[in-house]
Amino acid sequence: MSSATYSESGVKTNNLTVVRKKSKAGDIIHAAIVILLMLVFLAIPFWILIVTAGKTQAEAVVPSMALPSQWHLIDNIKEVIVEGKVFPALLGSLIVTVPSVFICLLFGSMAAWIFGRRTSKGTAMLYALFISGVILPPSVVTIMMLLKMIGLSGTAPGMICVYVGIYLSVVIFFITGFIRTIPPSLEEAARIDGASPMRIFFTIIFPLLAPTLASSTILVVLYIWNDIFYSLFILSGKMSTLPLNLYNVASAGLYLNNWHLIFAYIILMTLPLLIVFVIGQRKIISGITGGAVK
Amino acid sequence: MTTTHVSKSAKPVKGTRTLERKNYPLRYVVPAGAMLLVFFFLPTVMNFIYAFTDWSAFKKTIDFNGLENLQQLFESGTLMADIKVTLIYAVLVAFFQNTFGLALAVLLEKDTPLNRFARTMFFIPVIMSALGAGYIWQAILKTDGVLNQIFGFFVGHTVDIQWLGSTTWTIVIVTIIHGWKWMGFAMLTYLAGLKTIDSEVLEAASIDGANAWQTFWQVKFPLIAPAMTFNVATALLGSMNSFDIVQATTNGGPGGSTEILNLFIWRTFGKGLYSQSTTMSLVLFVMVMVIAIPLVIYLRKREEKIL
Repeated sequence: MSSATYSESGVKTNNLTVVRKKSKAGDIIHAAIVILLMLVFLAIPFWILIVTAGKTQAEAVVPSMALPSQWHLIDNIKEVIVEGKVFPALLGSLIVTVPSVFICLLFGSMAAWIFGRRTSKGTAMLYALFISGVILPPSVVTIMMLLKMIGLSGTAPGMICVYVGIYLSVVIFFITGFIRTIPPSLEEAARIDGASPMRIFFTIIFPLLAPTLASSTILVVLYIWNDIFYSLFILSGKMSTLPLNLYNVASAGLYLNNWHLIFAYIILMTLPLLIVFVIGQRKIISGITGGAVK
Repeated sequence: MTTTHVSKSAKPVKGTRTLERKNYPLRYVVPAGAMLLVFFFLPTVMNFIYAFTDWSAFKKTIDFNGLENLQQLFESGTLMADIKVTLIYAVLVAFFQNTFGLALAVLLEKDTPLNRFARTMFFIPVIMSALGAGYIWQAILKTDGVLNQIFGFFVGHTVDIQWLGSTTWTIVIVTIIHGWKWMGFAMLTYLAGLKTIDSEVLEAASIDGANAWQTFWQVKFPLIAPAMTFNVATALLGSMNSFDIVQATTNGGPGGSTEILNLFIWRTFGKGLYSQSTTMSLVLFVMVMVIAIPLVIYLRKREEKIL
């Protein structure tokens, strides 16, 4: 299944047959459709997001596609940062996201290595249990109760444990699929030289996982960075994250109809992920497509 | 764990099973297993217990009260209404997300610069916060919002269609927004599926004189079954557990017509009625499980039949 990644050769032969049949006019119509779809489904929403975030409150009360009479984007972002207490929220988001992702990847890839290599029926059943969280919804109310019992409610460690419990399954699912595509012969050579399982895992397997670790990171970061539901239950009122803050800003009476601030906030909180995505998009896209369809 | 220890002392020549046990020790799954056990499975078990108690913010003690929560939810009509809304929501999301995603994958399959750019752009909604995406669409779909302004511009007078105010159609619109948010992800998995198709198969089809339409439906479509399994299952089951898009666009309204289970769970939790909230959470869990098992079996069978 290594062809699941974007193999250049596969694409080219694929195109040759298509190119031969399609005329120049077909290509132009195709390009026109692609551009039209991007205009309608992406450009309009993003345009509204940016122009509204650049308006004054009076102009933004009724959101529209009109340009602001004068750009206030920087002022609005400044206001959001100061009034909306963005820095504690950003810090909160970082404090819960980074360790959650790290633990998910480390524990996940260790487990995935065993699940990807062992062939017994018992392991298969254990694997099914471990990845059941891909589909089954977490019991959010009792998680909150459990955290209260062990004194972790409303804290970053508590939130991290919850995220790890929720997203480990997805990570294990993705990495196991990838490990199965790595030939075991690499490990066998080291094993003959007397390397321990720990050595083999950390020096041979773990480095090979780079592409799938990258895409798992993106996926888990996407979920956690943007999560509002679980953090509402676990953190509400005790700690802030960017989405929690957006939720509070948007639902607070004070901010009602303050579209310019809400949208400035959305831009602000999307930027970090957007920058990461634009820099790493090739790797991210091929990583995600490689892991999912096994 | 005992088996691991036994196998350690055994000679590695004993066969693949013993070798496997030695080379791939089970202790490597323990850290992940422990986290899952405490923070996923234990709360799930607790959910099955506390759904049958009178746990609330207004009482010091917690006692069993049998099926009383379920009965109350049923009698108030909330139970069946929310299950129905959640099911409709999930089916529509699965439909839109997969239709949009597959259409984009087919459209952007060729590796041209424009297509590569478009793939990147269509992935941006996936990166955005769902809450943020919901607010943007609320600004577009409000009665005095952008969509009505655009329509008004073309017809020459004010249009005031209540996109988010219909008890029948708003749920469809919200699921389209949900599909819009995640279509980039579905697109990528379908693209991956399309790339796995052997070019010889496609050549054979073109030699046999199949046109693009026939090639797609009779050759490509069946061969992307694994991508379909993944996408339909995650969209259908994942959207039963969604919250933010509905919260940001309609907040469950109008008249509860978009109140999916998680919205009820959060609202009731906020009122301090913990056991009712837990009961609904259990309902969601059971519902996903009851649908997931036959669905995954069916989709896998479908794959086996084709591949």
